[in-house]
Amino acid sequence: MNGRLLTGNTAAAWAARLARVDYIPAYPITPQTEIIEVIADWVREGAMDAKFVQLESEHSMMTAAGAASLAGARVFTATSSQGMLYAMEMLYNVAGWRAPMVLMNVSRGVAAPIVLEPDHNDVLAARDSGFLQLHSETCQEALDLVLLAYRVAEDSRVMLPAIVNMDGFYLSFTRERVLLPEQKEVDRFLPRYKPVGPLRATKPVSRGSAVMEGWLYSYFRYNTHASSLRAKRVFSEASKDFEELFGRSYGPVEGYMLDDAEYVIVMSNSFTALGRQAVKAMREKGVPAGLLKLRMIRPFPADELAAMLKGRKVVAVFDQNIAPGSGGILYPEVAASLYNVRGRPNALLPVVGALGGKQITSKEMAAIFDEMKEIDREGKDPKPIFLMRKDELDRAQKAVAVAEGGK
Amino acid sequence: MEATTRFKTLKDLPTEDYVAPGNTMCAGCGGILALRTFHKVLGPNVAWVNAAGCMTVTMAYPLSPIKSNWLYTAFASAPAGAQGIRDALDVLMAKGRLPKSEDLKVVVVSGDGAAYDIGFQATSGAIDRHLDFYYLCYDNEAYGNTGFQMSSSTPWGSSSKTTPPTPAYPLGNTNRKKDLFEVWRVEKAPYVATLSNSHEVDFLRKVEKGGTIRGPKMYIAFAACPTGWGYDPKDSIELEKLAVQTGVWPLKEAVNGVVKHTIVPRTLTPVVEYLKRQERFEHLFKPVEKTEAIQSIQAAVNEYWRQASASEGLQVRLAETP
Repeated sequence: MNGRLLTGNTAAAWAARLARVDYIPAYPITPQTEIIEVIADWVREGAMDAKFVQLESEHSMMTAAGAASLAGARVFTATSSQGMLYAMEMLYNVAGWRAPMVLMNVSRGVAAPIVLEPDHNDVLAARDSGFLQLHSETCQEALDLVLLAYRVAEDSRVMLPAIVNMDGFYLSFTRERVLLPEQKEVDRFLPRYKPVGPLRATKPVSRGSAVMEGWLYSYFRYNTHASSLRAKRVFSEASKDFEELFGRSYGPVEGYMLDDAEYVIVMSNSFTALGRQAVKAMREKGVPAGLLKLRMIRPFPADELAAMLKGRKVVAVFDQNIAPGSGGILYPEVAASLYNVRGRPNALLPVVGALGGKQITSKEMAAIFDEMKEIDREGKDPKPIFLMRKDELDRAQKAVAVAEGGK
Repeated sequence: MEATTRFKTLKDLPTEDYVAPGNTMCAGCGGILALRTFHKVLGPNVAWVNAAGCMTVTMAYPLSPIKSNWLYTAFASAPAGAQGIRDALDVLMAKGRLPKSEDLKVVVVSGDGAAYDIGFQATSGAIDRHLDFYYLCYDNEAYGNTGFQMSSSTPWGSSSKTTPPTPAYPLGNTNRKKDLFEVWRVEKAPYVATLSNSHEVDFLRKVEKGGTIRGPKMYIAFAACPTGWGYDPKDSIELEKLAVQTGVWPLKEAVNGVVKHTIVPRTLTPVVEYLKRQERFEHLFKPVEKTEAIQSIQAAVNEYWRQASASEGLQVRLAETP
């Protein structure tokens, strides 16, 4: 293994190359485009033995991806934001087809208004599609999780497509030291894809057929659900093999300074790094703070999460997304995981922040922990927090005034 | 046509069938008939890639009336599904992981809703990428599967569920039918052809000819629709024949952009003969005959054949406007 300075996008491209993918249908969108540029280059140079084709939309891109997977090719593709939404109809289809391809999503906020930097409304819009979802905090994780995603997706006990998420800009265009696994070892970890009932001349199949009645539809939908739940065990097995070969260990959730933590923040993706800093700062002040990172979003690691959160005093769920009219998207999922658990935390604080890549200062992070302490001390009900600083609000209001032709 | 064709008379219609009888399509459906004939020429090794439409619901799990591969994709993106299958087969064969004997002819099958409207962009993309595939559009001139709403293939003066004739809108649909043959031709598909179930030999030869060409092979099959058009299902072939004889449905092909009419009606039958047999045009005759509208339809057909005759040197006697 050798370390190189790679952007998240290049690390993702390397993952596709090391996975020896056969087929890459592509469509450009910021901030994902660098991935497909790098791959296009490698394919044309002959460094990758694969076919690269640029489609005319993400909807077509996902259709081609799923169809090629059903025909027996290992398929990789990437998108962001609007592209994810434009492809959404096909995400449900490709999952229903049981086509185990891997889609890298490089998160970016969703229009309107149009924005470039990340939040997770794009990837979480796909949470009910049937795709597995793994979210990465670092460029290394982006690479490693793609390899793990193929191993789990293509397992005959699962046979579902997977999304690996990384944050736009914060990872996609940020160079970090990344250890590139040896090809030989990746080949050992990831055997060749064995399609189940591919489209063939000698043994024709019908795929995506209509089911005309609810009982049959229910059967297949539950089947997808059960396969997704099974993916958790398959992930653990694969993760063990991965650790033996590459020395890096990945669970569905990851704790940071959790041992005696009473106030815990739940986070995901690149902003977790800010959470770690905040926890460290709190610890230096003697506050028993901790962090739980969600790496797996689908299947949702409810049991693992509950086991790590029970007995804590207050837990904050940091949602880098917003469901207008409800709040954060992950908050209710965390709450549902804890409700029936004896010794669940006394309070669960909803926090929405970092939308469109809005910077979060250490003061804002500290304020979340202060609020948790106060809820605990005063026994008061947690009130949702929406992170926006006074100086940012002032600037926003000034911009609105300018747009309206005011002073 | 070429002397090399396997198909000289109706007796040459292949006896092999790849579509089972007893499928769930409506009696008299021109669409499934076109698919059946198409399949006879292609032989058994086919991957059908379907867009939402009437054919979708005949492939109801766990049964299939088709003896070859089938993939239902979505309404808008069947050509992209064809791209994925073609590319995957090519890659796997190139890497030596799939024997050539497993190769498939990849064929998109859709109605006019997908071809003319919602899948227009995906089709354009596939043509642009010079994808080696067939596209069979069964054109029944409306969204038949949802109960016959207007598409951009619906002819001027036709009623539909979303263009019902009323006192304020006496003509029904007043958009002109999109000329998809021309669109595909100018997009430089190397082979574009129209088909009719009433002219089987012409039909068979065109599918055969497409097989000699690499790249997109695009077909629009006129597909009589008894439930949507309103006529007795036994008359489907007769109605398709009338569409050809009146000149409403020209049978033609374009090889590398050069258009040639393959069946030339010497004397056009007046369009009124075709119109009056279908309920979708009933409002043009009842309660009073809308002579001006019928004249306008005849004039458009005549104008088409005047131009075609001029550019190809055909001898076509036009029909009198009533």
